[in-house]
Amino acid sequence: MLEYQNLFTRVQVRTAPDPGLPIDETFGQRYGTGVFNYWAGKLGDAQIGPIYLGFWGIVSLLFGFLAFEIIGLNMMKSVGWSPVEFIRQLPWLALEPPSPEYGLKILPPLAKGGWYLIAGFFLTFSILCWWIRTYTRARALGMGTHLAWAFGAAIFLYLSFFFQPLLIGSWSEMVPFGLLAHLDWTSAFSIRYGNLYYNPFHALSIVFLYGSVLLFAMHAATILAVSRLGGEREIEQITDRGTAAERSALFWRWTMGWNATMESIHRWAWWFASLVGFTGGIGILLTGTVVDNWYLWAVKHGVAPQYPAQNILTTEQLEALRGQYAGRLQNGYPTYTMPAPAAMDSTMADSTAIVDSTAAAAPTGAN
Amino acid sequence: MAMLSFEKKYRVRGGTLLGGDLFDFWFGPFYVGFFGVTTIFFTALGTLLIIYGAAIGPTWNLWQINIAPPDLKYGLGLAPLADGGLWQMITFCAVGAFLSWAMRQAEISRKLGMGMHIPWAYGMAVFAYVTLVVIRPVLLGAWGHGFPYGIFSHLDWVSNVGYQYLHFHYNPAHMIAITFFFTTTLALAMHGSLILSVTNPKKGEPVKTSEHENVFFRDFLGYSIGAIGIHRLGLFLALNAGLWSAICIVISGPFWTKGWPEWWGWWLNLPIWR
Repeated sequence: MLEYQNLFTRVQVRTAPDPGLPIDETFGQRYGTGVFNYWAGKLGDAQIGPIYLGFWGIVSLLFGFLAFEIIGLNMMKSVGWSPVEFIRQLPWLALEPPSPEYGLKILPPLAKGGWYLIAGFFLTFSILCWWIRTYTRARALGMGTHLAWAFGAAIFLYLSFFFQPLLIGSWSEMVPFGLLAHLDWTSAFSIRYGNLYYNPFHALSIVFLYGSVLLFAMHAATILAVSRLGGEREIEQITDRGTAAERSALFWRWTMGWNATMESIHRWAWWFASLVGFTGGIGILLTGTVVDNWYLWAVKHGVAPQYPAQNILTTEQLEALRGQYAGRLQNGYPTYTMPAPAAMDSTMADSTAIVDSTAAAAPTGAN
Repeated sequence: MAMLSFEKKYRVRGGTLLGGDLFDFWFGPFYVGFFGVTTIFFTALGTLLIIYGAAIGPTWNLWQINIAPPDLKYGLGLAPLADGGLWQMITFCAVGAFLSWAMRQAEISRKLGMGMHIPWAYGMAVFAYVTLVVIRPVLLGAWGHGFPYGIFSHLDWVSNVGYQYLHFHYNPAHMIAITFFFTTTLALAMHGSLILSVTNPKKGEPVKTSEHENVFFRDFLGYSIGAIGIHRLGLFLALNAGLWSAICIVISGPFWTKGWPEWWGWWLNLPIWR
């Protein structure tokens, strides 16, 4: 009983490209007339372009390009301007934030984090200009600004990686620009603050992330399953309910006892996706500022069981580790044996020793 | 009562996936059916076993209740009830309940004249779960490689197994899975926002049309994938998030035993660099 499941478009219509609804083009205009692409048409709409470019779009692209270039040229410099080595080592290359001794200095030497701060500033400016674009493009067509506020939640998460170091008082906490470098940062940051899995806002953020994927799978599959009844015409189904909306509602009602409507499923979608960034940002802002060790926090509140203590560090040692999240040696690739910071030496010898578990609460006072 | 205003004309008895008249009725808003009964059976049994496991365990603290898999020494054999046997029975019940649920979705889809997208999509999630608690443990030769059932204990498992491979972020399939997770969420935010912004326009404006949907994204990004396209894309992205999650864990152990950072050595040692 193999049936047509509407996964690809079988017949594509060709006519003149849609030039778009009339808009005010005083401060910017649409470029291109639109072209058709056969393979784009297999999955979705075949028309590519035109695109609107106004002041904020151009400024955003310009500053985004500048940030991209600063990052790329710094990486290029780190391999001695060798194009071959640049490609070879690209996954490991990074533009690192200033090291801890610079604190919150506005402009450290360019080669020691100055370029990082400049690139970060340009990238942030570019993203904020792009936000204005999400707002103005919706308003130009008389639409709601829901996309702008959802994007705002993502920007909040992005900016929390700036405000957390600001609260800590050191740029060295910031995320490096680099493919594997930002992954190194993620792990080191998590370990430094007692494993982010115990951070309840990190947990919530993951719940909403997985929930978003679940919701999109449920919603997309439902709409495709009623597409032979015109289910993908959601605006029409919302304003004038048809059998596609009725069946998709009844499917979930019969399956799990209740259902969303054709409109409310999109509210669920908006909230789940937005809350990924919002809860994640809160989790970052609390880390190292309000809570210094999420595991000990979880034990204190009866959430996590107490495990035998290991790797006990003094407050001074922990302080010295702050911000030491990356900075692998140039000739160290791809080995994972990063040289330990000097402050850890005294503790390396007995790192596997089981220490009295009552001592676990001692090293950090801030939780 | 439990029926929506338009629901009566859709509630037509007659035919289940297995034919005949096997529980072909509704209970409140729920459709029952043969697979509804098997779902209830497995769910109830599995839940009771979890409660029993909690009762013989050290704590009733909801965050810390933990049903651990058997010790590695039991290999792929059956373990004593209190020593991982419960975990094995609960896993069996979970797989039974999930498969029943998928069959139930297929049955309801068929009753409503819908495509089979939902049961297939759900099947991907079940596949990812089965990969974690059946396929990978079998490949590694011990049920003890499954993850424990508990709110924080399963997070500990994720953390510990990740660090067994030194740094799990370097697992290329894990990278792809995470990329699909984030991209799905981005696409969901864009799609949800678009529909809401068209049906809830600027104050005083009439509801917009599907033409506005397309023109907005062409203005904004130069391309609008369209109403049917976004649902195809969303399903593709979401299913790949699940698929690559399953791949990233099943290759860890059965097919790669060293640290994941080391895996990247092949790239640095390609002959083209010489």
